[in-house]
Amino acid sequence: MAQAFQKIYTQITAITKATCSLRAEGVGNDELALVNGKLAQVVKILGNEVTLQVFQGTEGIPTNAEVVFLGKAPSLKVSDQLSGRFFNAYGDPIDGGPAVEGKEVEIGGPSVNPVRRKQPSELIATGIAGIDLNNTLVSGQKIPFFADPDQPYNQVMANVALRAQVDKIILGGMGLTNDDYLYFKNVFTNAGLLDRIVSFVNTTENPAVERLLIPDMALTAAEYFAVEKREKVLVLLTDMTLYADALAIVSNRMDQIPSKDSMPGSLYSDLAKIYEKAVQFPEEAGGGSITIIAVTTLSGGDITHAIPDNTGYITEGQLYLRRDSDIGKVIVDPFRSLSRLKQLVAGKKTREDHPQVMNAAVRLYADAANAKTKLENGFDLTDYDERCLQFAKEYSNDILAIDVNINTTEMLDIAWALFAKYFKPEEVNIKQALVDKYWKK
Amino acid sequence: MTKGKVKGIIANLVTVGVDGPVAQNEICYISIGETKLMAEVIKVTGENVYVQVFESTRGLKVGNEVEFTGHMLEATLGPGLLSRNYDGLQNDLDKQTGVFLKRGEYNFPLDKEKLWKFEPIAQVGDKVEAASWLGEVDENHQPHKIMVPFVFEGTYTVKSIAKAGEYKIEDQIAVLTDEEGKDHVVTMVQKWPVKKAILAYREKPRPFKLLETGVRTIDTANPICEGGTGFIPGPFGTGKTVLQHAISKQAEADIVIIAACGERANEVVETFTEFPELEDPHTGRKLMERTIIIANTSNMPVASREASVYTSMTIAEYYRSMGLRVLLMADSTSRWAQALREMSNRMEELPGQDAFPMDLSAIIGAFYARAGYVYLNNGKTGSVTFLGTVSPAGGNLKEPVTEGTKKVARCFYALEQARADRKRYPAVNPIDSYSKYIDYPEFEEYISKLIDDQWLGKVNEMKTFLQRGKDIQEQINILGDDGVPVDYHEEFWKAEVIDFVILQQDAFDKIDAVCPLERQRYMLDLVMDICRHDYNFEVFTDVSEYFKRVINLCKQMNYSEFHSNDFENYRKKLDELLAEKQIAK
Repeated sequence: MAQAFQKIYTQITAITKATCSLRAEGVGNDELALVNGKLAQVVKILGNEVTLQVFQGTEGIPTNAEVVFLGKAPSLKVSDQLSGRFFNAYGDPIDGGPAVEGKEVEIGGPSVNPVRRKQPSELIATGIAGIDLNNTLVSGQKIPFFADPDQPYNQVMANVALRAQVDKIILGGMGLTNDDYLYFKNVFTNAGLLDRIVSFVNTTENPAVERLLIPDMALTAAEYFAVEKREKVLVLLTDMTLYADALAIVSNRMDQIPSKDSMPGSLYSDLAKIYEKAVQFPEEAGGGSITIIAVTTLSGGDITHAIPDNTGYITEGQLYLRRDSDIGKVIVDPFRSLSRLKQLVAGKKTREDHPQVMNAAVRLYADAANAKTKLENGFDLTDYDERCLQFAKEYSNDILAIDVNINTTEMLDIAWALFAKYFKPEEVNIKQALVDKYWKK
Repeated sequence: MTKGKVKGIIANLVTVGVDGPVAQNEICYISIGETKLMAEVIKVTGENVYVQVFESTRGLKVGNEVEFTGHMLEATLGPGLLSRNYDGLQNDLDKQTGVFLKRGEYNFPLDKEKLWKFEPIAQVGDKVEAASWLGEVDENHQPHKIMVPFVFEGTYTVKSIAKAGEYKIEDQIAVLTDEEGKDHVVTMVQKWPVKKAILAYREKPRPFKLLETGVRTIDTANPICEGGTGFIPGPFGTGKTVLQHAISKQAEADIVIIAACGERANEVVETFTEFPELEDPHTGRKLMERTIIIANTSNMPVASREASVYTSMTIAEYYRSMGLRVLLMADSTSRWAQALREMSNRMEELPGQDAFPMDLSAIIGAFYARAGYVYLNNGKTGSVTFLGTVSPAGGNLKEPVTEGTKKVARCFYALEQARADRKRYPAVNPIDSYSKYIDYPEFEEYISKLIDDQWLGKVNEMKTFLQRGKDIQEQINILGDDGVPVDYHEEFWKAEVIDFVILQQDAFDKIDAVCPLERQRYMLDLVMDICRHDYNFEVFTDVSEYFKRVINLCKQMNYSEFHSNDFENYRKKLDELLAEKQIAK
């Protein structure tokens, strides 16, 4: 990578676990450098003292290490050749294939002018009723799974990716276990979808700080396909909690004052910069879109922790998985899951009764939860309570379970059938006109 | 002007060495190649001037040139602000070229070529002062007053004033002579530093006039006043944004300013898409005609997030000086506080609670204080009503931004996770929320005339029913359904009727979304009449079944056009149902 007449610095003045500092001149902010061949980035300049963040960590870096500045910010070469390939955090192939040729683009580029965005309005069907019926996804949306580490979020995400009608799928894996990496690779290969997929992978075997590059790499590739190729792109980011942990490591090494949960004060802006790359472009800008589905793992289901909390404020909803012990399956939790954009398609791109049916079913499911509490506390149940409980069980099995794969009209019909089976119209609280039309007699 | 050179860079905090005087909050431009990046002075120590750059500093180098401008961050004020979409620094987003925002691309926020139909108000020889009305142009059917610039101090005499006719914003419309006999030319456009409040009014009394929002849980239960302040804290997913949108669409204001401060871009896009289509329920004109959007979404530079709330408030104060009713909504003030935190952190200031700057609560207080109902110097009135949302970390209301806001805002709309989980929208907790205006005698007097003198009494009665319902629910949870007398169930279900019929409202239903005051009065009378009666029940299971039918009919009324045939039919059915079980008084 070294070029002729490049100045080589050999006097490092300070080294921490993730950064090193040296005296250098004419260096730009955010610029890349090589420290004894290890990639690093400028994070701080004070007079002639430059601080570099070394992605692979500073183990073994001597005070006389050779430092070369590359004169550019981190970048990715983009072209159609990206399709079907696997890359590391620097955008170098890890699948044994040749290097990609194409236009070199700086990663972490500028944001879309809000007035040049289009309001998302295209349904992304997944067949999973817990998502399509209760938490409908829309192209241009950004939404994470909030999941405990032992839940099958990567499997659900792979399913969503396989079923979603999109042109490209970009996987950004941060701290993936090698097993999960191979799982994704196998699923995509077996489905014969490899040519639609681009993967940027940082596994647990790679240095943690490298992860910081993954989302920007994935999204730079996504922007290329969405803008230049006018494609509908789905970006999968897993696991964003490990990304945030890497941010905390760097800010800690730079002696920044931590805010809540030892996270840097800029966590919100850092995450927003990634998630806000989700966009629906208008026809005049090609009509492509970027949809982001991410995973944020929780510790013990705690959503008040700074990472899920900040994420929740940025993303357009969140999906929760939960094991329902009554039916012995993993379901999409209808209470806490939410898709903020669902009203843009529910009842518009789906049947008119969708919004009211969805709300009524969740309300009845909530009544069932109350009945269950009563039961656990040893109280007698009313007839209504009993009916709610029976309804809840069937609803959970036929609608909420993640192994369901049907279209939205079928989902609505199932819901109406369940209403009629267990309730009277006035107990369901739906607009009379819809009851007249759809109530199963 | 003072010049300088870059000495250090940490993210968007840049240290500059200067060759002359600089002022705190002065604006400067840093050159990077052909591009110039706008920045603001935030600290000076010895020879080092710390500036926060409103853009990404990627590629910036030590030694880059810096030019200072001699003024603070200013808003440009004049006709043509309405219907525009600005960023936090008041750049017109529609004028920016390209799909992606370009660093260092700034533009003039108004249209210099457009002709405005001007009518003079002041006459030659009149004595005038800052904010006096010189003339008027029609801006989207609003009487946009052309005023003596707010920066003018002392009294002036009108030497000449333009005749009625069409003018561009930079044309001379008046010449004013100051006390020393010096002449000053006035055009239709003026500038004002955004961080200073515009104080050109006579008096700021306590707010007392109801600001109708069409949202029952606000207007009926906890009303906000014209010129009042309120805040909406709530965990994510509790419907903050939906509630704010409903208010901005429906509120009875002349001008609505929406400051999207560090929030989702798609939410702003929703406003961009819907407002040009939707009608103002009060005038029948398009909502966009009365709206200004200041969009600084979460992925746009952090420093201009802070600027965006001040820019919005300055524009609000400008329209208030014209005698108009302005509603300013900021979503979310927590993001603004976080921007302050990021800067304070980079400057290595000693942190306060949760690493926020020590003076956070003073900054919030000073900002809320800029809202208010005012008597202008000419005796007319104007108002800036401010509603901010707060996004408390982890939904915990004991955090610095919520606490700092609670000290200054007079209305509190507590969004609650438990209500949202049960899909009881708007998820405003009726018992924890409050409006201090209800206790103002001047408000009581006003509302008695506007609705009737029983109104506040009924509202208080309603709240008592809610509180009783909540207490009884707790007892039922402990003792079980059959562990309490049947009339306990009756009391509980009366509170549920209030909750379902008055407090809950379907923001996505065309009819239920907006509930005018007259209709709110009708429904409260109806519901209170239901609550005041005793009922004849044998067993508790009958109670819930009966009241569910009552609720269903009332909800169908909410979904029907007011006093339409459907509405009256449901009312008739309801009366029949009530007659079945009610015990005559």
